[in-house]
Order: sequence, then C-alpha cells, then structure tokens
Amino acid sequence: MEWLIQILNSVQYGLLLFLVASGLTLIFGIMGVINLAHGSFYMIGAYLAFSLAELTGSLWTALPLGIVLAFALGLVLEILLISRLYRRDHLYQVLLTFGLILVFEEMRSILVGDDVHGVAIPALLDASLPLTENLSYPVYRLFISAVCLVLAALMYFTIQKTRLGMMVRAGASNAEMTQALGINIRWIHALVFAAGVALAVFAGMIAAPVSSVFPGMGNQVLIICFVIVVIGGIGSLKGALIASLLIGFVDTFGKVLLPELAGVAVYLLMAIVLLFRPAGLYGRP
Amino acid sequence: MADPERPRRSTASHRVVTWWLVLGILALAIFPAIAEKFYLQLITKIMILSIFALSLDLLVGYAGLVSLGHAAFFGVAAYALALAAPASDAPNLWLTLPLALAASAVIALVIRALVIRTAGVYFIMVTLAFAQMVYYFFHDTRLAGGSDGIYVNTRPSLEIGSIDLAQDLHFYYLVLAVLAGVFIFLGIILRSPFGRALQGIKANEQRMRALGFPTLRYKLAAFVLAGTLAGLAGYLAAAKEGYVNPELLAWHQSGMVLMMLILGGMGTLFGAVIGAFSYVLLQEWFSNLTKHWQLLMGSFIVLAVLVLPRGLAGLGQSIALRRRSSASSDDVEP
Amino acid sequence: MTSRRKFVQQVAALGTLSAASAIAPSLARAQAAKLRVGLMLPYTGTYAALGTAITQGFNIAVEENGGKLGGRDIEYFTVDDESEPAKATDNANRLVQRDKVDVLVGTVHSGVVMAMVKIARDSGTLLIIPNAGANAATGSQCAPNIFRTSFSNWQPAHPMGKVMYDKGHRKVVTLTWKYGAGEESVESFKEAFTKLGGSIVKEMYLPFPNVEFQAFITEIASLKPDAVFVFFAGGGAIKFTKDYAAAGLKDKIPLYGSGFLTDGTLEAQGASAQGLLTTLHYGDGIENPKNKQFRYAYGKKYGIQADVYAVQGYDAALLLGSGLTAVKGSFGDKKSLYGALEKVKIDSPRGAWTMSRAHNPIQDIYLRRVEGNANQVIGVAWKALEDPARGCKLGA
Repeated sequence: MEWLIQILNSVQYGLLLFLVASGLTLIFGIMGVINLAHGSFYMIGAYLAFSLAELTGSLWTALPLGIVLAFALGLVLEILLISRLYRRDHLYQVLLTFGLILVFEEMRSILVGDDVHGVAIPALLDASLPLTENLSYPVYRLFISAVCLVLAALMYFTIQKTRLGMMVRAGASNAEMTQALGINIRWIHALVFAAGVALAVFAGMIAAPVSSVFPGMGNQVLIICFVIVVIGGIGSLKGALIASLLIGFVDTFGKVLLPELAGVAVYLLMAIVLLFRPAGLYGRP
Repeated sequence: MADPERPRRSTASHRVVTWWLVLGILALAIFPAIAEKFYLQLITKIMILSIFALSLDLLVGYAGLVSLGHAAFFGVAAYALALAAPASDAPNLWLTLPLALAASAVIALVIRALVIRTAGVYFIMVTLAFAQMVYYFFHDTRLAGGSDGIYVNTRPSLEIGSIDLAQDLHFYYLVLAVLAGVFIFLGIILRSPFGRALQGIKANEQRMRALGFPTLRYKLAAFVLAGTLAGLAGYLAAAKEGYVNPELLAWHQSGMVLMMLILGGMGTLFGAVIGAFSYVLLQEWFSNLTKHWQLLMGSFIVLAVLVLPRGLAGLGQSIALRRRSSASSDDVEP
Repeated sequence: MTSRRKFVQQVAALGTLSAASAIAPSLARAQAAKLRVGLMLPYTGTYAALGTAITQGFNIAVEENGGKLGGRDIEYFTVDDESEPAKATDNANRLVQRDKVDVLVGTVHSGVVMAMVKIARDSGTLLIIPNAGANAATGSQCAPNIFRTSFSNWQPAHPMGKVMYDKGHRKVVTLTWKYGAGEESVESFKEAFTKLGGSIVKEMYLPFPNVEFQAFITEIASLKPDAVFVFFAGGGAIKFTKDYAAAGLKDKIPLYGSGFLTDGTLEAQGASAQGLLTTLHYGDGIENPKNKQFRYAYGKKYGIQADVYAVQGYDAALLLGSGLTAVKGSFGDKKSLYGALEKVKIDSPRGAWTMSRAHNPIQDIYLRRVEGNANQVIGVAWKALEDPARGCKLGA
C-alpha cells in the first residue's frame, strides 16, 4: 500500500512540475528563447493568488483575473524586450531575462513585502480522502493533477489540431517562410510568449494553496524546469510531460530509498538521459 | 561576435591592445599607493574574478562552448586548498596549488568526456547538471563542513624571499601577476595554431572536421584548460577569503561569471576583465545608493542588453572606430 | 545617440565616484567620536523580513536610550548581505576596513556568519550575532570578541527531547533539511531524547531548500512512530505543517518542532498549526514588564507585532549598551570591554539572561502551544539552558 501511495505522490508531483515547465518548453521550442525569468512568473503567480484572493475574497475569482493580467504582462514584455532578441545569440536572452529576475524579485519586495504567506484552499475542495488507517490524501492535490491533465490535453489539441496551432508550428520550423505565406509571425511570437507567461503564472496561482508564498520561491522551480525541458527534448510537450513524471518518480523514490543521493538524483537522471540521448528524449538532434 | 571587426584587426590594433594592456597593468600596479585597505581587497577580488571570467571566455568567446557550470571548477580548487591546508601552519603554495589545479582539471576532464557529443543549449544544461552534483556533494556531506563551509586558517606561503602572502599588499601583487600571466598566456594560446583552430571550430565545426582537425579533442583540451584556469581563480579566492562555502559552486555563481563576460563583451580578453570590473563596481555603487539596489542592477542589465549589443568592450571599440572614421553613427546601431 | 553619450558619462562618473569614495572615509573619520555600528543583515532575498525585524528591534533599544549607546551618539553603516556566503567576506570587510566600524552586528544566515566570524577573529573587531545559530560560532570558533544574543542551534531543540519523553513518546521519527541548522537541531534533540531512553526510529533528511514532503509523510504514516520531531523555518515550515495536516496525520501522530516551525508563519499556517507544541527562547504572553514595554513600543513604531528576531536585535543593542556603559563608552581597553560584556545580565523581553563562558546566552527555553495566531507560552521547558560550547577553550 505504501508503495502505491508513493506512486500517487510521484505522479501528482510530476504533473505539477509539468504545468510549470510546459510554458518554458513552449517558449523555448517555438520561439527559441531561453527564459530564465520563468521561475519569476511562477513566483508572480503565487503572489497574485495571495493578493487577489485577499482582494476578491476567493481563489476562483482571483484565477481568471490573474491569467488576464499575466497574459497582458507577457504581451508587454514580448513587444518591449523579447522581440528585440530573436536574431541574437541565446546568451543575450540569458542576460536579459536574468536582469528581469532581479527586477521582478525587487518589485515583489516593494509591492507585497518580504513576509511569507499562505493561501487558503477553496472551501469546495478543502477535504481529504482516507487512504489507509492513518493517512489520507488532500482533494486539492488531486484537483491540481486533474487540472494539469486537462491543460496538457488542451495544449496538445491546440497545437496539433487547430489552425492557430498549425501557424505556430509552421513559425517554429521556418519563421521566414511562414512570414512569406502571409502569417504575421511577430503576432504569433507575442501570443506564444504571453501564453507561456500565463501558464507559469497559472501554475503559481493554483499551487499557492499547497506551496505557500515566500520570497525566492521562483528560483527553486526554475532549475527543475530547465532539467525537465532538457530531459524531454526542447520544445516537445510530450517530452516535457514524460520528463516531469520521471522526475516526480526519481525525486519521490530517491528520498525514500536513497536519501544520501536525494540532492543529486534529479541531476543524475538528467546526465544519464543526455549520455544516451544527447538531444533529450523527444528532441530533434 | 567580433566578426565585423575582424578585417580591421591588423598589427596596428595589436599594438593598441598591447598598449592598453601595459597601461592597465601599470594602473593596477600603482593603485595600492592611493587606496585604502578595503579597496585593495576589493580590487584583489575583482582581479580574481577577472581570471575566472577569462577562463570562461576561452570556452564561450573562443571555443563556442557555453557553460553554465563553470563555478564547479572554481569551487573544487577552493575546497582542495581548504582540505589540503594543515590546521594551523601555512600551506605551501607549491604543493597545494598544483593539487588544486589537478583537482579542477580532472573534474573538467571527466565531465567533458561524459558529455562529449552534447552541444548548444544541451551543453549549457548538462554543465549545469554536473555542477549541481558537485555542489550537493559539498553541501550534503560533512567532509568539508557541509552548508556552513570550512576555513583556510592561514594563507598559503610562497617560500620565496621575504614575500609574505598573509599581507594583503603582497597578495594583491601576486594576484596581479597571475592575472597578467593568464591574460598574456591566453593571448599567446589564442594566436597559436591551437587557438586559431578553436576559433575555426566555433565559426564552422564541420568545415574544420573536413579539413582534418580532431575537433572533439580540441574542444576537450579547451574545456580542461578553462576548467584548470577557473581552478586557479578558485584557489586564489579561497586563499584570499580564508573561507570556503558550497555557495561558491552554486549555479548563480556560474550565472554571475557568464553575466560578467556578456556585459564586458565576449571573444575579447579585455572584455572579460572589463566585465568583471564593471559588474562588481556597479553592484558596489548601486548597493550604496538604495536598499532596492537589485532593481537598479536588474534594469541596468536589461538596458545593457538592448543598448550595448557587444558588451562594454564593444562600446569602447565603437567609440574608437567612430572617432577614427568620424563617420555617421549608423554603423554601430544594434 | 544622446542617451548613449549620457550612459558613457555615467560610466565615467562611476569611475570617479568609486575613486572618490576610496579616499572619503578617512576624511570623515577625523571629525566624529560617534560610535560606529556596522549592521550586516539580509535586506533582500529569502531572509529579508528577518533582517528588517532585527534592525528594527535594535533601533527600539537605541531609542529607549535617547539615541545613544554607552553615552555615545551612533553612526550606522548598513550592508545588505543577501544571505550570500560567496559575498560575505567582502561585505564584512566593507564595514570593518572601509567604514572602520567599532562593532559589527550580524547576521541571519549561518554560512555568512561563519565568514564574519573569520573576519572578526582576524581583525579583532567586536562581533555581535543577533540570529545565526551555527554551533561553531560560540563553539569551536569562539573568541574573546565574538558574542551572540540569539541562540545556538543546539539550544531550542534540546529541551524538546525532554518534553517529548515526558509526554510518553518513546519512538520518534525526525525530519529536516540537510543543512547546518537542521542537522545541528536534530542532533541536539536526539542527544536529549536518547539519553532519557527514547529511540529514534528513523532520521529523515531532504535536500535544502526542497519542499516536496509528500514522500516522507507517506513514510511516516507507514512507520507509525509515537511522534515526529522536525526542524523547518519560513516557507518550508508553512508547507510542511499544511501537508502534514492535510494528510490527516496531525491528530494521529503528534508533531513537535523547534520553535522556528511556527514563528512568523502562523497567519499563513492557519488551522494546520493549531495546538502544535514547540520550544524556543521566546514566545507570546511572556509576563514581564520589559516584554510589555518592548512590544508596545515596537508595535507603535512599526505597526506590526514584535517577533523573536526583533527581540534578538533589541538584545544586541542592550548588550552593546550595557557593556559600553561599564567602560564609559570607550573601546580603548578591549579587555575590560569584553570583560564587561561577559558579565552583563540582560533584562530582555524574553526574560533575563546572562552570557556563557563561550559568549552565548544562558537562557530559559519556553514550551509554547499554538493558539490562534500566537505561540502561547505554557511553561518553561528548560530553565537557564547553557550551550555545551564543544571545542571552545574560552574561560575553561
């Protein structure tokens, strides 16, 4: 029984990781932009959940508001800053988005302060399912997992089956040709970036009730997201999903079975994958 | 990066570089005469970081291998000194330095050998992953003080004449000499057939391979050399501070040195040094201005990317060029 | 064009500015006989709130003294240490060598404090530590000029061994982050608990600052120990108590912790922390006049409740003030100043305490129960607890 629950833990953690990492892999794969500030967007999401829930009285009203704000923020950033970097070396994207981390973290400190906060689980989902005689599972965690699955399906559908998705895919494989076909590639890029930001913010908001809200929380998820993107293969949503689940398993079972190696387990996994598949699981070499 | 400049790089411009080098060394050599002790130590630290940035420049700017795990080599050498140093006596530099450099070189060799075929963004991430492993090794084991770090109680001794590295002034000149040495050494390396081959690989690896260059071996050599030089910087840092902490190996240290390099301008040796100086001095300046100095620093970095496409060194070149040609400013627009 | 030229000017100005400030301090020094206090604390990053609380506590004590300590006016020099050990030596040197401070006060992060201890030992500058608990600072690395007004990691956790044994728990699981403060706390707890006859079923560690606890919570549920002892702080503490309660374990396997588990985090922890027992050198509802007066002044000035960090900062200024008063405000005779600092009895909001031979507070550790948004003190878990100061040769 214990092992079954650990598997549930792994899947649940993996799905949450996927939600955060999916925005990064989209931006990475479609636009070719390395976005170090992705963790900051997750942090912004968590703080938005805290501030907006306090303002509006409920996480349910805070969520759509937050997503709209995030989308707008993404558009502004893309138009003002990111769009100037497409033709330049990845390194400048690294530098610029690193600068953004400092800016966002300090803005957070000025606007909301440096205290730690909690966000209440919405009353509707504030319950637990008994699993064993003394252990039960919070419904909200299962809800997060369900949301992640729905979103994964939605993203897959949008990219593979819709006209918009087709344009996005075309833009990713050959931007100039797509432009020549009369599709406004700049608009597509702005849209994808904003969607990526909105995904990270949404992940931060929905995770806030279980993760709590604290300074520096963005940096913690950033590295793990990069690891996921690399293991999965850059730009591959399917790869990101599988990598997230793999990391969920390695992290959970690593802590239980090999506590001495728990710190390095995730990185070890990444190194091993790259030894055998230098472009990640589903990446094009 | 410096492609458009290449045709202009004649012997004349080499003479200019030499002049700047001599001037720079002279300025640093007389600096202690006018500086307070704190600024002496600050410049010592910056010079050490310059060596660190130079070592990364060899990789990123010349060999085209972008590493986000360079701090691992820096940190491993620092820990090597801390672990090899006797409890109360001064460690002998001639014994501990080679040991520390060897440690960094071996780690670099092993890492590169494992990921020999990864490139591009994957290489960035794989270096990060290995660096994190080394970080957790020192953070999670009690071998070297864990997260609280470990002391190097006494600075290493040089065993030459009356040189006493425990004195900050003597140590300053040692670091200056090492920096100048590394700078000149890299200058020579880069003009050697080996260095030219590296730059050729960066520009077009397939062509170089077709020409019969064992490109993987060249890149391996560059990686190990860069790792060893980073170790040199790490050794000096541990000797200066007398304290080594796992955070020296953390990914944000690797990020910081990459920032310095991009800020100063990659692919020029001066760029690395200028980057280290300007990054640290800017931070010094901003943090004296306001509690929210990180906002200034972040905004500055964002602006620098937008306005200074080739780093501060590139800015200097542009100004010099503009003055010489007194042409319109169009050609330096980003 | 113009913006670029302006930028060049700014860079040039920067050059002259740093050159000028290289000379400035020596000019400034000549005129003032003010007490130069260097505050090296985190004002950005994860521990920013703690750094601010310590500074504010310090200020309250100075204000109560009419803006002076030991009869001298004060000039402050502050540095944001960012809780970044890699910059710690430079930051400490900035205060000690550039600003020539008489006393260095800091900091929160143990790694940073170890660098400060090194500088204090090398330069002989007086160092007062208002938080960081690394045992070594008043243990193997203790020195005549290093004092602490907070706690050693050993201290708050130790009494919990007795408390939990007395509650009838015999088999306990421990869980913490794999880093200095966590490991030292668990070791100290274990020392007290096993000495009485209790046993540790399993010691669990997770990498710092990972907050994915689910795997451990599942394991705890299947191990079924009598109780669990943890050390967490800040965001991790909130998440752990919430996860523990959400898994339904809170009422089945009692959770105990070092006091940082519930300090400054209760508003966020909500129901998940209600009723938890923790041990710490401070708490809510300590009935002494000093505490009332301090909390009133602090609340009035800053509009928030004082916490343990504010008290530690307050006591740092009290310590400095009473030590300096004893030597008439002079740093001339270090030996008598340190002697005075060793002998002070601090009338603190946490209750009176004295200095141990290793310069760490000998203080009462309280047993507190979480009630609403308060860590209500329900008794003294250990009276006048002194850190063993292993490896310290001072006064031995």
